[in-house]
This record gives sequence, structure tokens and C-alpha cells, in this order.
Amino acid sequence: MSTVTTTPQATPNPPLHEDPTSLLPKKLARSRPLFDPEIVSRATRASFGKLNPVTLAKNPVMFVVEVGALLTTVFVVRDIIAGAPGLKFGLQIAIWLWFTVLFANFAEAMAEARGKAQADSLRKTKTDALAKRLTASGKIEEVTASALRAGDVVTCDAGELIPGDGDVIDGIATVDESVITGESAPVIRESGGDRSAVTGGTRVLSDHIKVRITSNPGETFLDRMIALVEGAERQKTPNEIALNILIAGLTLIFLLAVVTLQPYAVFSVAQAGAGTVPSVAVLVSLLVCLIPTTIGGLLSAIGIAGMDRVMQHNVLAMSGKAVEAAGDVNSLLLDKTGTITLGNRQAVEFLAITGVSDEELADAAQLSSLADETPEGRSVVVLAKEKYGLRGRHIPEHGANFIPFSAYTRMSGVDFEGRELRKGATEAVTTFVKEHGGEVPGYFQEMSDRIARNGGTPLAVADGHRLLGIIYLKDIVKGGMKERIGQLRTMGIRTIMITGDNPLTAAAIAAEAGVDDFLAQATPKDKLEYIKKEQVAGRLVAMTGDGTNDAPALAQADVGLAMNTGTMAAKEAGNMVDLDSNPTKLIEVVAIGKQLLITRGALTTFSIANDVAKYFAIIPAMFMATYPSLAKLNIMGLHTPQSAVLAAVIFNALIIIALVPLALRGVKYRPLDAASLLRRNLLIYGVGGILVPFPGIWAIDQLLVLFHLA
Amino acid sequence: MTSTGILQILLFFALVLVCVKPLGAFMANVFDGRRTFLHPVLRWLEVLTYKVAGVREDVEQRWTQYTASLLAFSIFGFLLVYLLQRAQAYLPFNPQNFGTPNVTPDLAFNTAASFLTNTNWQAYSGESTLSYFVQMAALTVQNFVSAAAGLAVAIAVIRGFARHEVRTLGNFWVDMTRSTLYVLLPISFLGALFLCSQGVIQNLKPNTTATTLEGAKQTITQGPVASEEAIKELGTNGGGFFNANSAHPFENPSPITNLFEMWLLLVIPAALTYTFGKMVGDTRQGWAIFAAFTVMFLAGVFVCYGFEQAGNPTLAKLGIQSAATTTQAGGNMEGKEVRFGVVNSALFTTVTTDTSTGAVNNTHDSLLPIAGLVPMLNMMTDIVIFGGVGAGMYGILIYCIIAVFIAGLMVGRTPEYLGKKLEQKEVKMAMLAIIVTSACILVFSALSTQAVFAAKGYWNAPGAAIANMGNSGPHGLSEIIYAYTSATGNNGSAFGGISVNTPWYNLTIGLAMLVGRFLFLIPILAAAGSLAAKKKVPVTSGTFPTHGPLFVGLLVGTVVIIAVLTYFPAVSLGPIVEHYLMHSGRLFSLISWPLGS
Repeated sequence: MSTVTTTPQATPNPPLHEDPTSLLPKKLARSRPLFDPEIVSRATRASFGKLNPVTLAKNPVMFVVEVGALLTTVFVVRDIIAGAPGLKFGLQIAIWLWFTVLFANFAEAMAEARGKAQADSLRKTKTDALAKRLTASGKIEEVTASALRAGDVVTCDAGELIPGDGDVIDGIATVDESVITGESAPVIRESGGDRSAVTGGTRVLSDHIKVRITSNPGETFLDRMIALVEGAERQKTPNEIALNILIAGLTLIFLLAVVTLQPYAVFSVAQAGAGTVPSVAVLVSLLVCLIPTTIGGLLSAIGIAGMDRVMQHNVLAMSGKAVEAAGDVNSLLLDKTGTITLGNRQAVEFLAITGVSDEELADAAQLSSLADETPEGRSVVVLAKEKYGLRGRHIPEHGANFIPFSAYTRMSGVDFEGRELRKGATEAVTTFVKEHGGEVPGYFQEMSDRIARNGGTPLAVADGHRLLGIIYLKDIVKGGMKERIGQLRTMGIRTIMITGDNPLTAAAIAAEAGVDDFLAQATPKDKLEYIKKEQVAGRLVAMTGDGTNDAPALAQADVGLAMNTGTMAAKEAGNMVDLDSNPTKLIEVVAIGKQLLITRGALTTFSIANDVAKYFAIIPAMFMATYPSLAKLNIMGLHTPQSAVLAAVIFNALIIIALVPLALRGVKYRPLDAASLLRRNLLIYGVGGILVPFPGIWAIDQLLVLFHLA
Repeated sequence: MTSTGILQILLFFALVLVCVKPLGAFMANVFDGRRTFLHPVLRWLEVLTYKVAGVREDVEQRWTQYTASLLAFSIFGFLLVYLLQRAQAYLPFNPQNFGTPNVTPDLAFNTAASFLTNTNWQAYSGESTLSYFVQMAALTVQNFVSAAAGLAVAIAVIRGFARHEVRTLGNFWVDMTRSTLYVLLPISFLGALFLCSQGVIQNLKPNTTATTLEGAKQTITQGPVASEEAIKELGTNGGGFFNANSAHPFENPSPITNLFEMWLLLVIPAALTYTFGKMVGDTRQGWAIFAAFTVMFLAGVFVCYGFEQAGNPTLAKLGIQSAATTTQAGGNMEGKEVRFGVVNSALFTTVTTDTSTGAVNNTHDSLLPIAGLVPMLNMMTDIVIFGGVGAGMYGILIYCIIAVFIAGLMVGRTPEYLGKKLEQKEVKMAMLAIIVTSACILVFSALSTQAVFAAKGYWNAPGAAIANMGNSGPHGLSEIIYAYTSATGNNGSAFGGISVNTPWYNLTIGLAMLVGRFLFLIPILAAAGSLAAKKKVPVTSGTFPTHGPLFVGLLVGTVVIIAVLTYFPAVSLGPIVEHYLMHSGRLFSLISWPLGS
């Protein structure tokens, strides 16, 4: 617990990063370049394995492409055997159809490979350590970690691996959790309170702890983490399933359109007495070009990559569903301390009482704080220097008696050269003054209350019997927080500040940070009730939490982001764990969820919009011999029917591979209101989707003719 | 296009527009069970209907029960129409003594399916096949109830969006009764009176035989026309009393009746958008759909009118003046009534195929290729440009689901429409409806281009099914595709030219009508059932707005793109190539070309 030396009120939520090293650059274990050579080669290999029709059948769109490719290949082989002419065309179509499937497989494999690579490095750390188990008689026996069961108690000394997940029941130790968090700075784990949880596979760096194991082998946090990043338990998310239905439905419609085109063609050719009925290769080409292969090929990659992006933010999402839900969140419950405000209050003003100069007050405040190492104390020294040019002075140790803060006196200060300088809670200091025979002016209480009403903390300062004034300590809203909350509002997300402060203070900070609502003097039960109330109104709620008493609320929330520093109970209850334990990250998680959905929508729109141009390439090519007037539909001026069909097929295949980076990175997300976002995306992916294929197909046609391929 | 022509189109549209809000609000009140100005007059009848039929007005149904009621009602209606036709010889009001041989089982099936599904495809000609009794008791009754059923389903689907966390969608019997009693009956009653006043006939007399000036004998048909005419248009049915349909002077005698009939066609589908907006609690949502309808409607009208007014280039080459001059309106007058001219024919064609009516006041077969493509494309959208009474509304909601699902993702949320999350179930049902209709059109058309029948077979005259085509080449293909598109979309208009009164065509077209109606609306009802049970997500700035021009554009884009992508290969071999061939001087007016087989 951070002991806020001088504040009369204990901080409701301790600042989550006490260790100053946490501000150092992170070990970048989890972020790899998008096209890491190792990953690309792994993915390339996997794309062939994914040709297996049994696995491909799960993706109806690509399955249809594969069947089409197979059919075309069979006809090519038949033609080779029969020595039929026009082999070059059929062969190329077959090859490009196979490439279409492979490209889609590659996209999925790329997304998976990133997770697999990560899982491998995690697995390496999972050695079967020896555990020192305490027997009932208190003796230590050595067993393998895999023999541990929930309920066992083990001891760990400095330098040893913690053999399993558990809670510290005795002792305090620094632990290196970099295996899990990628964060090299050690953290402190101690018995009792909210920092008792330890994770199997992490290493004790100093001291000695006793741990009660809470999970059985194979169910540990590390095991779950490996399974998650690897995507072994990946299930399609609800929205993904719905989208799959849509594109499967479109595929079926296009299948009907193409299959029935054959009889129409037979009819037309007979009626016109000219031309030929399109070959199977051409019909399959039309079908493949029409069905939404772009989104069909990239859909699962988008989902996996979304999870991966969350992981790159060092957040472990327990399911894709949770990430999707994050995009839908309507209400964000944010803890005040550490999320909205900096963990520490800062001195912002010296308010002297009548008859005392501000400089005198500043001087006394500075002296009383020189030995105060808390952030609040330091901020007093800084303010005195900034405002009144008072430089830090060195007080000789022997001539001064520093009085540390205690919960009993609720004051701290220094006895120095016969002066008794004190600062502390208003009541404590006024009592101190009165005891020393001083007087407290009647307006003093009101002065102090006014600060409290403005969301600040008043610290009274006295020099023996003389009351000097008040230091105004303020909760500092994090830089840029107000803008972010404004952005959230634009995105349609309400923010609710949760704080243990009294309603007066809470209201003031809420107003300053610009949150939509606040919950003051919040107990875990209040949080839970608030969430339920929001949910009854049809809203989806996201929150962060770390303590065991947060667990019910975390479980109730649609998105519950538990802090890794928190208890096991909290981590179990939430559906995401932030390994950095940075509650502000909830906002990023929401953005990733939205980005995931936008990427899906954008590529679906793009995919469908592409069809318009493909019709203009293929339909005239199919029937120009039957009805020469249809050449008027060949608005791209493609050279020959063969080059036109081939160009459309090649474009269709290449667009998949071209969009892999977009699918993996996600489309650019801007925090805009829905209408502007939609307008923007419709313009780019809808209108763009209609236009782009025209020059694309035209260019490929030119190249094909140039290289005598068609 | 002439300025008077454009003015007439705009005048017509303005007449529809002014009725959208009052009629739409009235329908919302009727279906929400609020009192309207008609309640003092009609409420007792409504209550009596429930009492007689044993319907409990306050008991609501789940989507499955609602669908089951609809199906039970439909099966009953189907059997009744079938049997009445087959037994017409033994029934009253049959002055022409039409007997059983006039109505073969396959024709009776086709006609029963046709009127049951609000298609009103007519493989027979009314004046020489059906008795007055069958026309009135079977067909006119179906004109009312098939429209009422469509309206009821639309209302149930709207409730699916409007309600939340409820399992029920309303009561089919109550919605049916209210549709008929408060909406269809009053308007068609007044409409029939107006039509009578303008010269539409209404009697039960046998045909009159007259001697012409040349001394030839002429049969002048008679019958209860006005009463059937009003509901034929209002209920977007389209089945004419006479074979010539609304081109017949007794059905549609003047430009005034023509304007009025087109107004009747469009008024309920247009007003339903307002009803929708009102019921979901945001009239802007309704206007957005109305705007989307309008964009597609006007685009169709002006393309159709533009090409028709431009005339046939082949005639121009022969020195025949077809451009508009001060003394003549010009344009392609083939297959048109002189009293309607090019503009009111093109307008009627668009209105009748945007709605699922299928009444015609000119021969669609004679439209120039691209003008003829307009009604075809209108129907290929699953008739969701205004659409049939009710059918257009629930149809467009399918497209709303798809449009919002695809584009909604692009705002970074699980797509929502009207506060309802669109998930697996809704997408599945929406796709199912679209797949079923496109499969029906494409597969039946393809079969008909290939089917060959044995000599002395039952199904058709021996030889190829395409021998029934009136024209060869791409125009013939258009005739076949048009027939199945019209049937599946429950439109009922015909390109003409093709002889469809054979068992093969009667049965396949009849099946297409049933599939297009029921397999389209059941998925939508299922989706509505699932939507009604969902929570309502509050609207935020992160919600994709579905009431602005952006959404209108998106919805139009989705409808057009899906229709175009599905049917482009087929229509490129039909009207599109015919258009180019026409410009190179090639026409397909008569069968003269050796047929394929």
C-alpha cells in the first residue's frame, strides 16, 4: 500500500505502478514486424496443409473456390490427355484458382503463425521445475511441479521458479514476471491484500515466500495463455458467424446465378446460332470472381489478428467474443486513481491566512516537506521552488528531528532550530495549534472545505502555535484524459468514474475530467449494482478491477479487464487480463474491438463492390461470340475473351494477398461518431471497391497480352 | 421526355405524398388498437366478427402461432378458390354458362395460388373463363384477404422492431380483421363508387351482343367490374376482370381513372412507411424508407419513360416520326392505349411493378428493351420499391437488415437497427428469404429454357417449352424470365407473348408464387419474433443513424446491388443484348427464327 504521508484520507486505489522502472522501455517480446521472415515461412508451409478439404469446408466461400479449382483442373487434365486446343487458358485459370485458395490459406496461416510463434516462446519457459512442498507435519519434500494439486503449499526462495499459480500466504518477495508480462522490472508479491497472487513459471528474485497453489497442472495461467495465443481453443465469435452466414448466402446466390447461366447460354447460343456455350473453366471463373472471396479468404485472419493486436498491447483476452464485445461497449467504468488521475495528488497552491505572507507559508511548507519522500511531499517542495524561487535546503540531520506521518497523528513535519513545523489534516493541525496556545480563525474551516469541494485535499500548515495556511493538494487529471473521454463520447461511449472519494470531491474531479457520470464512495457492491442497472437499460459495460472484491463486478461486466497485479479471483472473473496492469488500456481494448468489426465490414463491402467490375470483364467475354453487340459492355476494352476472364481471376486472387496486411493490421480507426465513420468507410471501401478493379483488371489484361499469356 | 410528361409524373407523386402522413398515422392507430374516426361506424362490426369467429382480441401470438394462423387461413382460402372454380358450372351468377372444362385442374391450381398470394397472375382471360360468382366470391374476396394478410404480416414484423423483450407479435386474426375493416373496405368502397361515376361498369348482366356499322357481330362484355377494380388496385392485386386488364375501357376508361387507379396502387405501400415510423417511435425512420422507395421509383419511371419517349430507332430509320412535336406526343406507342399515351403507360408500368400489383394498362411485351428491363428489375428487387400492400414493407425490412449488417460493421459495433442488435438469426433469415426468391426465379426460368416435352404428354404441347414463347431470341428469354420473376415477386403482370396456360407453366408458375410469398415471409416473421425478444440498445452517437440521406443511399445501394449482381448474367442475355441488337436494326417481334430444338 502506498502510504500517503500527509493526506488525511487514504488513497482509495493505490497507484498501480510504484516501481519507477516500470516507466523504462518495455522488452518488446510481443511485437514482431508484420512480415517476420520466420512467420512468413511458417505460414507459407501451413497454407498448403490447409488445402485439406475437410478443414476448408468450414469456410464455405473458399471451399467453393477449391471445388472450382479441382473441377477446372480435372478438365485441364482431360484436355491434356485428349490433346485438345486452348490448353494455355484452362491451365492458367486452374493455377490461379489454386492460388486463390492458397492466398486465403496464407492469410489465415499468417495470423495464426504469429500466435504460434509466441506460444512456442512461452512453452520454452515452461520447464518442469522441482517444487518444495510443505507436508502436513511442516517438513519440506521435493516433488515435480506437475505433481502439485490445488491446495498444496510450497515454499520458494530467491532464484527459484514458482512451481504453480497460487496465493502468497506468508512472506514478501520480489518476483520477475517477465515470462508472462514481457516486463523486465520485478514486482513485489506479499501475503494478504490484493498483491498476493503469483503465477507459475515466474521467478522469485529476493526473499522467501510460502505459496498456496490454486490450480491443477494443465490449468495454470501459463497453460491458458499458451492455448489462447496459439488459438487452439479459437471459436468463431457471434459476429463472425453472422457474417459467415451472410457471405455463405451470397455465395449460394452467385452459385445459382452461374449455374443457371449455363442453360440461358445454351438457349441463347441456339437462338442466335452463333458462338459457343461458355466452358466449365469460364463458368467457374465467373463464380469465383463473384463470390465474396476477399472477405471469405480474410475473415478468420481478421479475427485472429484482432486477438493478436490485443495481445500486442499486452492484454490477454480469454475469448474473441470478449474483444468483439469491447467494440460494442456503451459504458466504460473507469477507476479514478491511476486511470483518470495520476496516482498522486500534487500541491498546486499555497493559501495563507490573513496576516501571513504566502512566502512565509511556502517556506514553512517546504521545510516541513524536505524529508517527506512521498510524491505529495515532493510536489510541495517543487511548488515552493516554482512559485517562490525557494531552493531546496539542506537541513543537517543532527540539528533536526523529522516527524514522520502516522495514522494516529495524521501530521508530519520537522522540529528544527526551535521551530515545530507541521503539516497535515486540517483537524489534526488545528488541534495541534490550539494545544500550543494558538488561535484558529473562524473562516479557516470554510477555507479548508472549499478546497475539498473543488476536488482537492487541504493540508493545513502550522509553525508551533501559529497557524500559517493551507497547501492545496489536487488530484491531477492525466494529460490528454479529457480529450480521450471526449473522443469516447463521440464514439457513443459513456464514461463513469469510480472513486472512493466523497461525492463533493468526486463531482469536482468528474467535471474536470469530463466524464459523463461518477460513482462516489463506491463499494464493490455499488459497482456491481451500477453494472446491472446499465445492463438492464440495454448497455454493454466494460470495467477494470484488481481486487478479490472486484470479482463479482468483473464477472458481471461484459468486458472485465483484470489487472495482472490483481488477485487470482479477479483474473478468473474477468474476460481479459492486462499484463501491464494499466487500467487506461481499457480504452485501447475498446478501440481494437471496434477496429476488428470495422475491418470486417470494410472488407465485406469492398468484396461485394468489386463484383460490378468483374461482370463488365466476364459477361461480354462469355457472350461476345454469340451476340457481338455485347462488346459494348466491354468498357475496359480488354483484349480478348480469354485475357478478360484471366485478368478478372488474377485480380481476384491478387486482391486477397494485397489485403493481407490490412486484415492483419486492421483498418485505420479514428474515434469519430458513427455517421462520419460510416461516410468515410463507405467512400473508401464501397465506392473505392467499385472503382479499383477497373484499372486493376485493365492493367493485368495489358500485361497478359504483353507477355503472350492470353 | 416532355415537360408535360414530367409534370404528370410529379403530379401523380404529389397526390400520393400528401396521403402518406394521414393514412399512415391512421393505420398506426388502427393496428395499435386506438380509436379512430371510423370506430363509431365500424367497431361494432369488428367486435361482432371476433364474437362470431371466436377470436379473443386481447390474446397475442408468438411468431410461430402467427405464422400458423396465416398458413391455416391461406390453406382454407386456397381450397375455397380452387373448389369454387372447379364447381362454377353448378353455382349461380353464371350467365355465360362457363363450365368445368374452362377451368382445368392445373389452371385452377395456378389461379388459386395466384389470388391467394396476392399475385393475380392470370393464365386465363376472365371474361371467357370465369363466372361472375367466381370472380366475386372467390377472386374479389381473395383480393381483400390476401392484401389484408400482407398488411397483417407487415404490422407483425414492424412490431418485432418496435417492441422489446416480448415474445409476441400481435394476433393474426385481429390484424386481418382490422386491415380489412378499417383500411381496405372503406377506401375500396369509395374507390368503386368513384370509378363507377367515371364510367367503369358494375352489373350482373350477360354479355351484350351488338351489330357494328359494318354489320359484324360484336360481343360487349359486362359484369361487376368497379367493385373488383377498386380492390384490385388498392390491394396491389392486379388481377383484371378482363384479360386486357386496366387497358380495357370498362376497367380504366379515362386518364382520370388511370390517375386514380395508380394512386390506389401506391397509396397504402407509401403510407405504410409512416405507419412504420410511428410504430417504432421515430417517424424519421419511416421517412428514410419512403425516401429510398422514392429514389428507386423515380429512377425507374424516368428510365422507362425516357426510353419509351425516345422511341424505336428502327422506326426512325424508316422515316417514321417518333419524336415529340407540337402536334404529337411521340414515343413508342406500340402496345399502348392512345388515351394514356407514353407517359401514363410508362408510369403505370413502373407503379404496377414497384408494387406487387401486376395490373397493366399497356403491353409490357411491347416496351423497348431497356424500358422493359425496368419492370423486370423492379420485380427482381423482391418487389421492395414501395412493394405490395404490406409485402413491400416487410420486404424492405429484410434489405434494411442486410444493409445495416454490412455497413453497420463499418462503424465498429455489432450492427443495430432501431436499437435491435442484428445477429445470426436475423442475418440467416434475411439471407434465406433472398436466396429462396432468387433460386425460384433463376431455376424455374432455366428449366423452362431447357424443358422438352414428349408427344401426347400431359405437361405441355410436345417439343420444347420455349415453343410457347411469342418471340425468339433475347426477347423470348425476357418473356420467360419475366414470367417467373413476376410470379415469385407476387406481382402477376405478364410480359405477354408467351402462352402460359399449360400444365407445365401453370404448375411451375403456381409453385413460384407460393414459394415467393410464403418462403419469403416466414423467414421475416421468424426474424421479427427474434427481434421482439431482444433488448433495445440505447441510441448514442456511436449508433449508426438510420434516418439520414446516408442510410437512404445505403439502402438503395444494397437493394440495387443485390438485384443487379444476382440477375445481371440473365438480363444481359435478355433485355440488355436486345437493346444493343435493336440499335443495330435487329428486332424480335415475331417468331420467325428457327427455334433451338
